[in-house]
Amino acid sequence: MLLLAVVVFNFILLSLVPGDIADTLAGESGGASQEVMDDIRRTYGLDRPFHIQLATYVGKVVQGDLGTSYYFNLPVTELILGRIAPTLLLVVTALVLAILIGTLFGVIASRRPNGLFSHFVTVLALVGFAAPVFWTAFLLIVLFVAMLEIMPLSGLVDPTTPRGTLTWYLDVLHHLFLPVLSLSSIYLASYSRLARASMMDVLGSDYIRTARAKGLGETSVTYKHALRNAVIPVITIAGLQFSHIFSGAVVVETVFTWPGLGTLAFESILRGDTPTIMGILFFSAMIVIVVNLLTDLAYRLVDPRIRSARNA
Amino acid sequence: MDAAAPLLEVEDLEVEFRTRHGTARVLDGVALSLQPGRTLGIVGESGCGKSMTALSIMRLVPVPPGRIGAGAVRLKGEDLLQASEKRMREVRGKDISMIFQEPMTSLNPVYSIGDQIAETVRLHEGLSRRDSLDRAIEMLKAVHIPAAERRVREFPHQMSGGMRQRVMIAMALACRPSVLIADEPTTALDVTVQAQVFDLLKEMQEKTGTAIILISHDMGAIAEMADRVMVMYAGRIVEEAATDEILENPRHPYTRGLIACVPHMEEEPPPERGALTEIPGVVPALTDLGSGCSFAPRCDHATDLCRSRAPRPFAVGADHRAACWLYDEAGAA
Ligand SMILES: Nc1ncnc2c1ncn2[C@@H]1O[C@H](COP(=O)(O)OP(=O)(O)O)[C@@H](O)[C@H]1O
Ligand SMILES: [Mg+2]
Repeated sequence: MLLLAVVVFNFILLSLVPGDIADTLAGESGGASQEVMDDIRRTYGLDRPFHIQLATYVGKVVQGDLGTSYYFNLPVTELILGRIAPTLLLVVTALVLAILIGTLFGVIASRRPNGLFSHFVTVLALVGFAAPVFWTAFLLIVLFVAMLEIMPLSGLVDPTTPRGTLTWYLDVLHHLFLPVLSLSSIYLASYSRLARASMMDVLGSDYIRTARAKGLGETSVTYKHALRNAVIPVITIAGLQFSHIFSGAVVVETVFTWPGLGTLAFESILRGDTPTIMGILFFSAMIVIVVNLLTDLAYRLVDPRIRSARNA
Repeated sequence: MDAAAPLLEVEDLEVEFRTRHGTARVLDGVALSLQPGRTLGIVGESGCGKSMTALSIMRLVPVPPGRIGAGAVRLKGEDLLQASEKRMREVRGKDISMIFQEPMTSLNPVYSIGDQIAETVRLHEGLSRRDSLDRAIEMLKAVHIPAAERRVREFPHQMSGGMRQRVMIAMALACRPSVLIADEPTTALDVTVQAQVFDLLKEMQEKTGTAIILISHDMGAIAEMADRVMVMYAGRIVEEAATDEILENPRHPYTRGLIACVPHMEEEPPPERGALTEIPGVVPALTDLGSGCSFAPRCDHATDLCRSRAPRPFAVGADHRAACWLYDEAGAA
């Protein structure tokens, strides 16, 4: 239901964008007569009244048909499925790294709230928060590609590497490094700050005093008793921010010409390839819903209060 | 009573806290002695250093901002203030256990109560997972939690405050400690539950022979439970005696005030007062205690001497001491 509303909303929004596929195709073939353009529009049904277009599209989506890309002349679903793996690889790796390393940073910083590392986390959070993703990405390119020359500039993998071999996988990892680093940097910063605050809060609580009074050492107190409680807000924010990280992925993919959904989305917008854009938006909405379910699951694993509240 | 060697002995304990308003001497010359199997009550208004005394014995004073400046805490002769942190971890939960004022927040919300009790047993006695869970069930039964086999798997949020305090008691006594420190164990509970928890503490003491330090701001509770009472004010002990002696014959004006606050303990409440009285005034800020008696500003008997010099404890009866110039026989002459 929610998905349908998203579909309708996207359709309306995109119809407001000036220019269409006819303009693009005409532009690419160096100009076309009005007749040819009208012909293109008729082929794609763009000459029909708006509400008919909308109804036709929604009807197809309900049947699982996302239409055909104007530009590639391929079914949109096929197009997206071909591009989704690199994006998920990028986004999930970046998010998991940001959560793990961010939490670890936060925990270490919370053990000495006035220590050097704690200040480092504060600065990192400020910089990471203030720096736009594309800026971080360019900075990393300048450092690793131009100056150190140890990282590839763009793409998913070197096209000469035979697919499926160990070298191929390593090469993907090599290509993945900079995009992941750029994308995870903002989240790493905010999660370490969040984890630090959350840990400090938890470390001051009564049950931590109880744990110490039982004779537990600081390692057990921190990693067993405190961390599991402190990670709850991190899960909440990570779940909420997942859609946000997708928009970050568009930028990062474009900068590194990573062959994922983000690049496809960016190019499709420039080309006026409405069915593809609509398809990508539809998929993103679905992914966000799935992620919400996963977040819920993670909650249940960590927090027994939620388990019993929802089962009751 | 003094004949037996004390189980726990605190001498001349001094604790300071560095705060924004200067250094606060939170404990000053606190001393106590606890016999095996007996109950010592510590009473005083909020903020007078009762919890800090308990935390110092456990060596759990937050450092910094706190600092244990001087003194000794001897458990069966061993000075815990000189012990290594590793040794302290053995002592905590095994020789000396502690339960706290807030049963609602003192248990970890994400672990089952069985796991939390079993953890202590595993830590100190090296039992297997299974055996330690069996011990947890046994302890839950001992503190009269119904359906212990089922409840052992429940989480703190599934239990009432009274039940949680029972769990805390079960956890604290699981390794049969020789000392149990109960820091206002019933303050957060309602009256009928309070009585049940006190009954349970007494029962467990009879069963296990543990000595108890019972901290409370309620003289009534102390009167029921304790063999001996220590009255604290602004980080010092102002009076100390056997419970009956102190109730019948309170000497320090502050102690008298505290006893007057407990309605049912007076045979006949003075007609001009309500059922419950309060000592007028508030506990002074610990950062700017003058050189005089810290109770002087609130005391009806205060003299110039009280305002200029702090009294030391004077013997005012058999095993009864009060830190008040009223009882300085030498000085009065
Ligand atoms: N972390 C702290 N920083 C500064 N002062 C503290 C801190 N903890 C306790 N104190 C001070 O120590 C004094 C004694 O506190 P406490 O032992 O908790 O009192 P009680 O248990 O008798 O109510 C109080 O005046 C309190 O303000
Ligand atoms: Mg207290």
